[in-house]
Amino acid sequence: MQVTVIDYKAGNLTSVVKALRHLGAEVEVTDRPEQLAKAERIILPGVGHFAATRRLDETGLTPAIRAAIDRRIPFLGICVGMQWLLQGSTEAPDQPGLGFFPGICQRFPDGDEKVPHVGWNSIDTNMVGPKLFQGLRHCEYVYFTHSYYVPRLTLMCDRDGQLYPASAADTDYVVNFAAALEWDNVFGVQFHPEKSGEAGLRILKNFLEFRPC
Amino acid sequence: MLTRRIIACLDCREGRVVKGVQFVDLIDAGDPAALAHRHAQEGADEIVLLDITATHEGRATLLDTVRRTAQSLFVPFTVGGGIRTAADAEAVFEAGADKVSINSAALADPELIGQIGASFGAQAVIVAIDARRDPDSPDPVRNARVFTHGGRKDTGRTAVEWAREAESRGAGEILLTSMDSDGTRNGFDCELTAAVSSAVRIPVIASGGAGTVAHFAEVFGAGKADAALAASIFHFGVSSARSLKLELAKTGIPVRLPC
Repeated sequence: MQVTVIDYKAGNLTSVVKALRHLGAEVEVTDRPEQLAKAERIILPGVGHFAATRRLDETGLTPAIRAAIDRRIPFLGICVGMQWLLQGSTEAPDQPGLGFFPGICQRFPDGDEKVPHVGWNSIDTNMVGPKLFQGLRHCEYVYFTHSYYVPRLTLMCDRDGQLYPASAADTDYVVNFAAALEWDNVFGVQFHPEKSGEAGLRILKNFLEFRPC
Repeated sequence: MLTRRIIACLDCREGRVVKGVQFVDLIDAGDPAALAHRHAQEGADEIVLLDITATHEGRATLLDTVRRTAQSLFVPFTVGGGIRTAADAEAVFEAGADKVSINSAALADPELIGQIGASFGAQAVIVAIDARRDPDSPDPVRNARVFTHGGRKDTGRTAVEWAREAESRGAGEILLTSMDSDGTRNGFDCELTAAVSSAVRIPVIASGGAGTVAHFAEVFGAGKADAALAASIFHFGVSSARSLKLELAKTGIPVRLPC
């Protein structure tokens, strides 16, 4: 299993790479768009500020990722990597996301609860049975650390008949938000599968073994 | 539902796990990589490795220990002790840590918090605070003082005020150790933990004094802790994270119970 991990200087890649290698994947880490043209499978990690995704635009990685997704290469965004799949984030209003999924990432509202949302929370997986969560319990615990969230998506159809997906899994913390997204060959997880014990390794394995139909 | 975290702490010296009782009387408790793995298997939500070697020669040993420990550990892994600069932190991250815990270096140079956060994200920076109640103050808890150098040096700052500053400078979490309780196994300082936890919006990890299941229930309840650290309660087979969590679940505290 070959997988390409995109390095865009948004935090530490060591844990993601280590988990993928543990699962037997052949991992290539790159910051060059031309490498994506021959990638078989792509992971976009990322921690920290949404503005860090500007580097994807500046280095030409954004069109290369778009092209890979169009080629139906399996793609997984983790944390900020998932948030970037949306249209944008209030964390960096001037920085657009890829816009693959509809919506804008929001900051958890002020209240009694701690922000960031840090720790192990349960995910409520979609009835359809997302591919990412095969073999897992319905309410598995995974490790989160984030202050901005992807609003929960519900299946809908716009006026032009375009179908938009529901989130693959949702989590409750202050609000009900999207813990995972899944549409065709494109996946996103807000939590850190590489830090979520056996459950997280299973999710990464499901991604590595996913074949688009 | 977000669960309360049980964090297993390994105090290490020269590459071996030791556990201090009120910062003295060290006894050998084993290999850090093996123990970290065992704790994770037994249900610990995170692992913290605190290096108390503090000598220059010990740094290479530490990085090797971190690398070996991180190799097959797939829960969050924090490393602390002796991290004085952003470069020290970077070396530890490269060796496989997910977070660093900084203590006296952050007090000496608070900008270090933001410097590490800028490269690795705020979630990767834990500011550790060693505090002791101030018995001479009219409010010994709210005026609990911050100490460094294993409790020998009074910084003159209060834990509440320093925690707030650390948060404003971009710390992701606070690791609060009560020096009055540490090693006693008589329970966490719940009042101190609640005072600090209520003063900040970032998570607070309580440390010092774990001895029984009831102590954890107290610190998650009255102590308002988001996570609790325990070292000696685990190492000698007194209890596992799993049995601790099963007991906590019975008292209504949300915990992660892996299959």
